[in-house]
Amino acid sequence: MKILIIEDEAEMSRNMQTTMEKENYLVEVVSSYKEALSKIGIYDYDCILLDISLPDGNGLELLKILKDKGLSDAVIIVSAKDSLDDRILGLNLGADDYLPKPFHMAELNARVKAILRRRKFDGSNVLEFSNLKIDIDHHQVKIDGKELELNRKEFDVLLYLSINKNRLVSKTALAEHVWGDNIDQADSFEFIYSQIKNLRKKLTTAKALPEIKAVYGIGYKLISQ
Amino acid sequence: MKLLNYTTSYFALILIFLLSIWAVIFYIEILDEIYDSMDDGLDNQKMLVIRKAAKDPALLKKNTFDEGNFIITPTSSKTAEKFTDAYRDTLMFMENEEDFEPVRLLESAFRHEGEYYKIKVITSMVEEDDLIKELFFSLIWLYVGLILTILLLNNFLHKKVWQPFYKLLRSLEKFNIEKDTEIKFGSTKVEEFQLLNERIDKLLKKSVESYTSQKEFIENASHELQTPLAISINKLELLAENSSLEPQQMEELGLILNNLERLTRLNRALLLLSRIENRQFADEETVNFNQLLKQINLEFEDLASHNSIEVDVIETAELQYNMSKDLARILVANLLKNALLHTPAASRVKVEIFKNQILIQNLGEKPLNPKTLFSRFQPGKRSHSNGLGLAISKAIADRYNLEINYDFRDNLHSFTINF
Repeated sequence: MKILIIEDEAEMSRNMQTTMEKENYLVEVVSSYKEALSKIGIYDYDCILLDISLPDGNGLELLKILKDKGLSDAVIIVSAKDSLDDRILGLNLGADDYLPKPFHMAELNARVKAILRRRKFDGSNVLEFSNLKIDIDHHQVKIDGKELELNRKEFDVLLYLSINKNRLVSKTALAEHVWGDNIDQADSFEFIYSQIKNLRKKLTTAKALPEIKAVYGIGYKLISQ
Repeated sequence: MKLLNYTTSYFALILIFLLSIWAVIFYIEILDEIYDSMDDGLDNQKMLVIRKAAKDPALLKKNTFDEGNFIITPTSSKTAEKFTDAYRDTLMFMENEEDFEPVRLLESAFRHEGEYYKIKVITSMVEEDDLIKELFFSLIWLYVGLILTILLLNNFLHKKVWQPFYKLLRSLEKFNIEKDTEIKFGSTKVEEFQLLNERIDKLLKKSVESYTSQKEFIENASHELQTPLAISINKLELLAENSSLEPQQMEELGLILNNLERLTRLNRALLLLSRIENRQFADEETVNFNQLLKQINLEFEDLASHNSIEVDVIETAELQYNMSKDLARILVANLLKNALLHTPAASRVKVEIFKNQILIQNLGEKPLNPKTLFSRFQPGKRSHSNGLGLAISKAIADRYNLEINYDFRDNLHSFTINF
């Protein structure tokens, strides 16, 4: 999988690069409109992370060029602007997703994976981790082939943790992803704990090998024993 | 007190005082003049009588007023010498009128061929009395008329002269810095008003300018903060993920992350506020608040049940309104979230939807200050709130001219949105 990061803030792109490389993607990084233009002219990428406010040009222009050329590269716009106009314009121009800064690394990972999944494995939306098997389309979880009954929130939590398997997922990232943006500034996300507790119990009873580990003060990590 | 009433009342007071004094003086002056002329007449008559009596001594014995208007009585030299002319008003029975009528009487003394006599001359005051009465009433009328005229004139002139001023006031009253950028001034020939208009125009332009630049500043600052915040949060996330830190250090890291995230939320809220105020949410659609509220309630379900809070959504009518869907969601979500976070554990939150109103009610102990409730940064007791939620709801309500109210009764906080 090849990822191109177009981002002028060096540290920002380094963070994204680290995250992407952890998922064993091939990552290239450019920091200007010009560089980006020459890169997309030569290579094909599976996913492009595009910052639309570049010092020497508008990222939306790049998007237009990409789509005009009929290139199938998936594009996720990352923007500090988070303006509705940009979002709509970007999506209308053919961007696959829009991620306003600041975002969590787990969220970036989830979005990229979702897009790659949509693009590459048509139909078979199944995620496997150890003896855990998640059928995303059918909202089905199987452990060693045996179905595990989960409610919607538990499913969403497990899916999000599985997408970010072996990675630290902060409580905020999890809450915002599963419970939506409205939940922000809510009661320090204490309510997440009860969901996790139930999910853990179900996983243990079903003898799942993956285990939700709490990283005290920050969040959770799905690891396989 | 209105400026007009103010000047009018001053005018009236001063006029009443001055005109009263003036009227009294005038009245006395005229009265004096009338008496003077009467007295002169009496004096003249006296001289004529005395001169006539010198030729006709029979007159000296006339001691009734019968047909003449004088009487002469002899007197001693002692009284006569001490006697000075005295005028006075008195009443006398008049045959023709068959009544007592006011008369002016002159008492004097004179010597005739060594004998001393006292003489009383009278003249009727009937006409003069009428004259004085007439004079008095005319004066009153004049006085009232004058005051009325002056007040009316003042009223009229005031309205005319101050018209540019009132015009300015009216437009200032309507002026809203969030909507208007300019104010229309009427033309005026009065230099002072020209100056006033000019100055106010300058001041307003300056205020609008700084208001806009302040708005832009907040928006730009919030934008600029996003990237460094993103970098810091992501760096910490990666650090927490990569290193095998001690649990205690991990906890510290978590604390830093939490605070950075708080900062992020605050920043987002500020950005949202300035966007609402800058009217950057243009796309409007028909929003069904029944559906919206049920959906938001579902999203908050876990948060509510965690604190054993039950939310009753009562739909008495269908409520639809044309506005930005995103803003509609934020408007009600903030109010509901506010209720959920502040209601005591294991209590109920009521959401009631009427035809033109949404009511959100939760339990509480003390009333909140309705004056500061919707202002920015008025956080409640809990520190997780950024204190902007209600301010944002208010800004959205203002944006669509909706009314948002707070009431506290029977230990219930009630927030209502009137559509």
